[in-house]
Amino acid sequence: MNRELKRLSVAILAMFTALLCSSTTIAVLQVDNLRADPRNVRTLYDSYSAERGPILVAGKPIAQSSPVDDEYKYLRTYLEPYLYAPVTGYFTLNQGNTGIEGTMNAYLSGTANDQFLAQVNAILTGQTPKGAAVQLTIDPEIQQVAWDALGDHKGAVVAIDPKTGAILAMVSKPSFDPNTLAGHDTDLVISTYNKLLSDPTDPLINRAISGDLYHPGSTFKLIVASAAIDSGQFEPSSEFPNPSSLQLPQSTSVIHNSGNGTCGPGETVTIADALRLSCNIPFAELGEALGQDLLLKYTEKFGFGQDLGVPMTVTPSQIPDDLDDPQLMLSSFGQANVLVTPLQMAMVSAAIANKGVMMKPTLINSIIAPDLTILQPFSPEVFAQPIGQGTSETMTTLMVANVANGAASNGRIGGVDVAGKTGTAQNGEGQLLTLWFTGFAPADNPKVAVAVVVEDSTSFGNAVAAPIAQKVMEAVLKQ
Amino acid sequence: MASPEAAAIAAESPEETRTPRSMKLRLHLPAKLRNLELALLIFACAINGAAVILVQLGALGKILPEIIWMGGGLAALAVGLHMTLRFLAPQADPFILPLATLLNGLGIAEIYRLDLARGVSGWQAFSIRQIAWTGIAIAVAIVVVVAIRNHRVLQRYRYIAMFVGILLLLLPMLPGIGVEQFGARLWVNLGFFSFQPGELAKIALAIFFAGYLVEARDSLSLVGKHLLGMQLPRVRDFGPILIIWLAAMLVLIIQRDLGTSLLYFGLFLVMLYVATGRVGWVVFGLLLFVGGAVLASQFFSYVGARFHGWLDAFNPDVYNAVGGSYQLVQGLFGLAHGGLIGTGLGQGRPGIVPLAESDYIVASLGEELGLAGLFAIFALYLLFVSRGIRIGIAGQDDFGRLLGIGLSFVIALQIFIVVGGVTRLIPLTGLTTPFLAAGGSSLVANWVIVGMLLRLSDSVRQQPRLVVTP
Repeated sequence: MNRELKRLSVAILAMFTALLCSSTTIAVLQVDNLRADPRNVRTLYDSYSAERGPILVAGKPIAQSSPVDDEYKYLRTYLEPYLYAPVTGYFTLNQGNTGIEGTMNAYLSGTANDQFLAQVNAILTGQTPKGAAVQLTIDPEIQQVAWDALGDHKGAVVAIDPKTGAILAMVSKPSFDPNTLAGHDTDLVISTYNKLLSDPTDPLINRAISGDLYHPGSTFKLIVASAAIDSGQFEPSSEFPNPSSLQLPQSTSVIHNSGNGTCGPGETVTIADALRLSCNIPFAELGEALGQDLLLKYTEKFGFGQDLGVPMTVTPSQIPDDLDDPQLMLSSFGQANVLVTPLQMAMVSAAIANKGVMMKPTLINSIIAPDLTILQPFSPEVFAQPIGQGTSETMTTLMVANVANGAASNGRIGGVDVAGKTGTAQNGEGQLLTLWFTGFAPADNPKVAVAVVVEDSTSFGNAVAAPIAQKVMEAVLKQ
Repeated sequence: MASPEAAAIAAESPEETRTPRSMKLRLHLPAKLRNLELALLIFACAINGAAVILVQLGALGKILPEIIWMGGGLAALAVGLHMTLRFLAPQADPFILPLATLLNGLGIAEIYRLDLARGVSGWQAFSIRQIAWTGIAIAVAIVVVVAIRNHRVLQRYRYIAMFVGILLLLLPMLPGIGVEQFGARLWVNLGFFSFQPGELAKIALAIFFAGYLVEARDSLSLVGKHLLGMQLPRVRDFGPILIIWLAAMLVLIIQRDLGTSLLYFGLFLVMLYVATGRVGWVVFGLLLFVGGAVLASQFFSYVGARFHGWLDAFNPDVYNAVGGSYQLVQGLFGLAHGGLIGTGLGQGRPGIVPLAESDYIVASLGEELGLAGLFAIFALYLLFVSRGIRIGIAGQDDFGRLLGIGLSFVIALQIFIVVGGVTRLIPLTGLTTPFLAAGGSSLVANWVIVGMLLRLSDSVRQQPRLVVTP
């Protein structure tokens, strides 16, 4: 019996050795694979337990992690929730992140590649790993002015520094309170989220860069006029027939100018006057004369259809490439199938303002590690050069005239030349209008380019959108 | 028992080779053993108390008054059993009780930790129920020590034990009281409380196997026809083996429980081997079992799913399937999260794994104590099992030896099946981890084993030894 017992003892030892080996395999050999598996929510939860870096505006936090007494250790809090929600987005435990919280998550949570050594160091010295701070380009004063100016309207305001691409203000209304989604009660967060999601006013959408896009209306004439002049085919003084109505070819549709009259008194009208008075018929004729290919070439140069991250993904503005003649003519004054984001129109103004050079718009000023070293400094980048310097100067003159004694008169600021263009886009028979203003100031040394969009109105761009833009530009010029 | 073996054992303890010295020693030895046991017990209870405090600090950041009865309750019960031993089994093995207490206490601490994560209290809390069950279990162990003064009596009831064992195994199949949980039919619900009779069956079956094999070993190994170089036993000797195999297959097929089936059949094969020394039968029995299991995996989807979830655990289809590998994979994530030294008690997230407090208590402890903590737990188990095997080596009567071996091996095998399943060494089965896992039936059964091993080890030393002087 003892011989059997010895063998049995060896067998039991072998059984336990096998268990030692299998557990070692998991905890040592396969540990990296297991930790990196996307189904391993523990890795995700660990990122909540680290102190998430703040989001800063002019050095002050607008989103920060405050210590709380629960298993997640920190609660994300937003100090001016509604004002900044479209920019910061929200940070939830397990329902995803959006905005800066989403796109900059690696830095904020401290898991970005260039923070690796710092994290190892923190673990070795027994400190809690911390995320980096993300400093935004937003100017809190301009943001507040834009927020107040937009009032109770649904819509968006974007202000850019045309020389750097820094986004100075990005407002979208209606907004929401991301604090209600940052809580640690998952059921409550989900019900709040579903409520926000089913809200017909879409508060979760940042209207400045995403959403369903808008018809640009007359602001699109800036691109058509730029294309006409920059291609060398036309001058501002080029003339077009000036009827009070025009039947589109191969169609029964008839188009009118705003006010249903002719564009000024003459038999013909120049491009300069047509832009200043924002007439539709001459631009339909100009678009037809330019042709689809040239128009598409310039829309693409201005950024249509291109991927852009600020760092949040911007929905590409769009124009179809299979326009028939009536569609081409309607598109030429920003109707039919042309759809844009407010940021895209601000970029058009910024490019005209910056000698034809379009800077890459961004919200990120710098990324600052917990030890205050700068991980990523602000570095302006050129995005494109859609038009030459000569064209930009001509366009500036035309846009200044538009504000000084044209259709965009409510954009005026005392003592400064403002360049601008209004728009009042139709969204179909019986639908409410989309109001626009885009422009920049001062015309001779641009400090700010803006785009304002107001949804669901019965008024005009010059009546509603232009005063909002005027207040934002004035706030920048006062600084 | 052959005398050279007894001589060898006697030679290992030289203090007993001369009568006067051994008499002198015998006066002091019992107290010495019990004092050692008490010291170890205090040490074990200190570790358990520290574990509960660490759980509270880790999960809550403060110490709550629960610590007093969380740690103190188990300590008082264990000391109660210790005092019983002082009077009734003074020569019992001094390591068994502290080891069982330590494992039980670590289990309570981790179950308490999971309760905190879940935010439950009162009778909803597994830890409270676990402490209550520990009280019942240790009380039953005391009854075992008190009632069974001479373990040889049990040999008389071997066939009753067989019927009780098989009845307990098959009880969950009875309509009306059998309950199906997590795809396996292991539970019996008597209305006022439910239990897993399979846990208690292992004791009854170990008694039966020991009694039957002591009686039948000679006829099993000596009488019968030779076939293909193997000694085939007579049909009437072979009958019980077939009955056990059939019972194991029934458990596998009807109760859908690979683990229990493997546990009892493995226990039987090992005891058969130790009693008869015939490796051929072990191989034959294993082939019978593996053949049956493979057939079952072909014909019954639930057995096949276990194998599939084991071999292809990370496949998203298997992972997301109902009864798939979700639990296994999440358990692996937990162990990986713990790494070498663990997250610390109360600081991991073991609650993510389903059944973290029962089937997956090892993964929970592995996450919070790390690989180092798991190794320590394995070492505790190995030590416990070795104390039982020691009874088999040092025992005086073959029934007691076989019973000691059977009871300790069944614990070793159960750990292998559970931990092997959790660590993906073998397919996952639904067995509890002895002493650690939440569950009343399991606790009572394992503490009965503690009581019996204590009684057996006491009788090993109480026996006047055959002294052979060269």
